[in-house]
Amino acid sequence: MEKTDRQREAVFAAIENVAARLAEAKPYLTELDSAIGDADHGSNMDRGFETVVEKIEEERDSDIDDIIKAVGVALISEVGGAAGPLYGGSIMHASDQLSEGLTPESTVAFGEAYLEKLTDRGGASVGDKTMVDAVTPAVHTYKKSIENDDLPAQEALAKAVDAARRGVEFTVPLRANKGRASYLGWRSVGHKDPGAASTLLILEAILESAEDSLDESDLEQDATSPTIPDEGKEE
Amino acid sequence: MKKLLNDPSDVVDEMVDGIVAAYPNRTRRLDDTKVVVRDDAPVDGKVGVVSGGGSGHEPTHAGFVGEGMLDGAAAGEVFTSPTGDELSEMIQACDGGAGVLCVVKNYEGDVMNFDTAAEMAEIEGVDMVEQVVVNDDVAVEDSTYTSGRRGVQGTIFVHKCAGALAERGAAIEEVTRVAEKVVDNVGSMGMALTSCVTPDKGEPTFDIDDDEIEIGIGIHGEPGVERTEIMEADTIAERLTTEVLDDVQPSGEVAVMVNGMGGTPLSELFVVNRRVQELLEDEGLEMWNTWVGDYMTSLDMEGCSVTVLDLDDELKDLLSAPTDAPGFKTK
Repeated sequence: MEKTDRQREAVFAAIENVAARLAEAKPYLTELDSAIGDADHGSNMDRGFETVVEKIEEERDSDIDDIIKAVGVALISEVGGAAGPLYGGSIMHASDQLSEGLTPESTVAFGEAYLEKLTDRGGASVGDKTMVDAVTPAVHTYKKSIENDDLPAQEALAKAVDAARRGVEFTVPLRANKGRASYLGWRSVGHKDPGAASTLLILEAILESAEDSLDESDLEQDATSPTIPDEGKEE
Repeated sequence: MKKLLNDPSDVVDEMVDGIVAAYPNRTRRLDDTKVVVRDDAPVDGKVGVVSGGGSGHEPTHAGFVGEGMLDGAAAGEVFTSPTGDELSEMIQACDGGAGVLCVVKNYEGDVMNFDTAAEMAEIEGVDMVEQVVVNDDVAVEDSTYTSGRRGVQGTIFVHKCAGALAERGAAIEEVTRVAEKVVDNVGSMGMALTSCVTPDKGEPTFDIDDDEIEIGIGIHGEPGVERTEIMEADTIAERLTTEVLDDVQPSGEVAVMVNGMGGTPLSELFVVNRRVQELLEDEGLEMWNTWVGDYMTSLDMEGCSVTVLDLDDELKDLLSAPTDAPGFKTK
């Protein structure tokens, strides 16, 4: 029970940090989106997570999977466009994987389910200059770090964030094949994809929050079981 | 630009109230949404047929809500897809236990939000949610808003045929099959004399000179295939009709829609229609029925589109079935 409470607190802290970071990054995302999209990604994501923070208040005592599901539903109802269903739908779909709470295994499963829904719905694959270019390396790195390298969740998350960062840089020279940017053809070259950039921001915020709310002793005690950081990468 | 508006950000909300007020015995609004449904929805045992998309295309979509056509229509913000949760509420409200068919125009935001809505509705207990994506715009392969062809005026024939079959009690597989048959046999192409003006922006979406027109334009002001000097109505009718016929390749009887983009007088649409009919006759095609008027508009854009549907007996029967949807007259 105590563990669940601790996880729940960590999840709330992470979500609140994501909202704060997206609010700060609003001009940056809008600038990226005005180069190759329709200039509303910053305000959409900011408004979306503002609503998330309001809505999850009702979930203070809920199970982790229900809290995460509520995040997805709030994004679907508030963000609109393509980003709403891509972020919200994928989170909603993947939330089932957390029905037993946060464990290294469940968070890996969350990441895989998130990526699966994202590629299925958006029809994009790596190299199309979309958020998939950030999510795919993050999920694969996280899974490998947990399953093959036996790393604690927080370290695995840090590696996943690095992978996502490289993924965002990887979108710069690409010509977009999916989404609105694809209609710009060669003019899309030389710009970061806004969806990949917002994905990275979210992962960074979750990692940061995990680092704040866990100390070394927590990690040692809990090396094989659920810790906060895991939850996030998937978002 | 002068507009008949209050606060531009309230336009969709106030419009939906106005629609329901105009047809109080036939429609109602779902609480806290911009969804209009048949007053008797859900009809027990009947497949629900629903649609939706951005506002600014009136009478699409709410104008086609009625017996024999749509059970529900969701209005997004101007030129913006409705959100997944509102679409999900519409699906649930129109499920009479036989499933719901969503008629979706091919724009990325619309397709993804309908996908999400179907998933949410299934979680809430709607057994079968099917989706048909309309992509009848023959002008361009890809547009500002979508990979693949855009969905435009042909959507209304899909609403009509699927709605008529659902009204007769057909199963969802059948209703979906007929909707797909219409999609496979319909093509449209539009043109603009002027840009639309969105309420928020208050100025034209794109610049076009007084002596220019744009062929192949989309209903959100997406670029067309050709910017050219202004031409006579007959030349425009020929260009649009020829390209649509090349794509649809009808062989016998056809239905036609000459649609206004919102700012063009009916007199001009009839002038266009006159030439369209001559061209069909020249091609040896038999005109079964024609609809001329504003069906899927682009706010106040001046211009028109031509839609041709290749018919068989089943589609003729369904197109002529009765409906009380205010935006569509059976003839």
